[in-house]
Amino acid sequence: MPERTIPNTTPGKLIAVEGLDGSGKSTQVYLLKRWLELSGYKVFFTEWNSSEIVRSATRRGKKQNLLTPTTFSLIHCTDFADRYERNILPMLKAGFIVLADRYKFTALARDTVRGCPQAWVEQLYSFAFQPDITFYFSLPLRTALARILVGRPALKYHEAGMDLGLSPDPVESFKIFQGRIHKAYEALARRNRFTRIDSDRPVEAIQEEVRAILRDRIDLAQYKVAVPRGWRV
Amino acid sequence: MNRPRTFYGKGIPGVATGDFKGKLVVLEGPDGSGRSTQIAFLTEWLERRGHAVEHVGLKRSTLVAAELAEAKQGNVLSPRTLSLFYATDFADQLEHRIIPALRAGFIVLADRYIYTLMARDMVRGADLPWLQSVYSIALVPDLVMYLRVAPQKLMERYIYRARELDYWESGMDIGYSRSWYDSFIRYQSELHRTFSKLQAIYGFATINGMRVPRAITRDLQTRIEAVISPDG
Repeated sequence: MPERTIPNTTPGKLIAVEGLDGSGKSTQVYLLKRWLELSGYKVFFTEWNSSEIVRSATRRGKKQNLLTPTTFSLIHCTDFADRYERNILPMLKAGFIVLADRYKFTALARDTVRGCPQAWVEQLYSFAFQPDITFYFSLPLRTALARILVGRPALKYHEAGMDLGLSPDPVESFKIFQGRIHKAYEALARRNRFTRIDSDRPVEAIQEEVRAILRDRIDLAQYKVAVPRGWRV
Repeated sequence: MNRPRTFYGKGIPGVATGDFKGKLVVLEGPDGSGRSTQIAFLTEWLERRGHAVEHVGLKRSTLVAAELAEAKQGNVLSPRTLSLFYATDFADQLEHRIIPALRAGFIVLADRYIYTLMARDMVRGADLPWLQSVYSIALVPDLVMYLRVAPQKLMERYIYRARELDYWESGMDIGYSRSWYDSFIRYQSELHRTFSKLQAIYGFATINGMRVPRAITRDLQTRIEAVISPDG
């Protein structure tokens, strides 16, 4: 495990999902959340890049093409810190299972591909707990690309990594960019004890494996929603 | 030739060092220390001598200044989020204003720099190694001057100008005291103590800010002259 990380010491559990665009991680974490909710567990879901206060600045920066690798990294970390301190941390302290659709590893992969020094980005995010489980949805790059490129011809500027000047063609740029992200993820997987999930399988089979791992690694009974005494539901 | 300019850390992706003909001069100090007055005097003096001057400061970036102002108004952000927001504001100005101006041979007058940002965060409990890493993106200035004014004196100036105390400059978010006066004195004293700590690391010049403005200007001018003279 790399230095500059702190383990989760709260009563809650932090589960992160990471992987390439098109790896199916959002579908899987949604199904995981539904399963936990419907089974009566305390669960909280959080997404990358969704904090209200930072959103307008990020949007303007992207639209007007103001962002450099450094400000791109800092503004996403600002957003993350806001979400971390207002949602993730309180929910963990309250004893919830927190499901994070993308966590700091997304930033580590993207920012280093954009040229930020790895040690700098690691230190930037060093305030955030290491997840109890990090599911890494892994599949061949070609498959991930095919899934994204088939349905959505219009790629956003940063999504396609156009700011890196890899190719004037968004699709070409996206392919190269995702290739580099893929490599960065693989390196992170080696350093951070990711739980690798083979994502090149039917949705149901993957979900079954994910649920089995959760049952195995977490004492779910602890996270049952308790009904306070004297209350009827 | 110019000395190659250095960053505190590894630098910024996509930004080459060297070939910066300008000079970066930083004026630090609390609100009410006379920073704005001095910057106005210095600008006039530099421009009269034919130097091109660029101004930068805090909360002046195109990227996040508006959101930062709004966030401070509502006081809804955690200290760390606010800290990172300011770092973003700083990085944006560094890359889009400071570096281009230095390349073009301007004298960049910075109305506060990373030291104020670090000191404020340290007073609020941030740890120094984390801050040093965040701000390792910063360029090492040619000159940093810290205008030192005793908290009591700052208070007198506020009252003299019939201005109300600022929520953040009084450290009211920290919760030292419900009394604005007590909180202000305590917060400004803590800030000064922290500045002294940073001075030991970064080695900037402390300027006695309790003299008449013109005497302070002469002091600042002497120090600036030493860095902008051709062989400086």
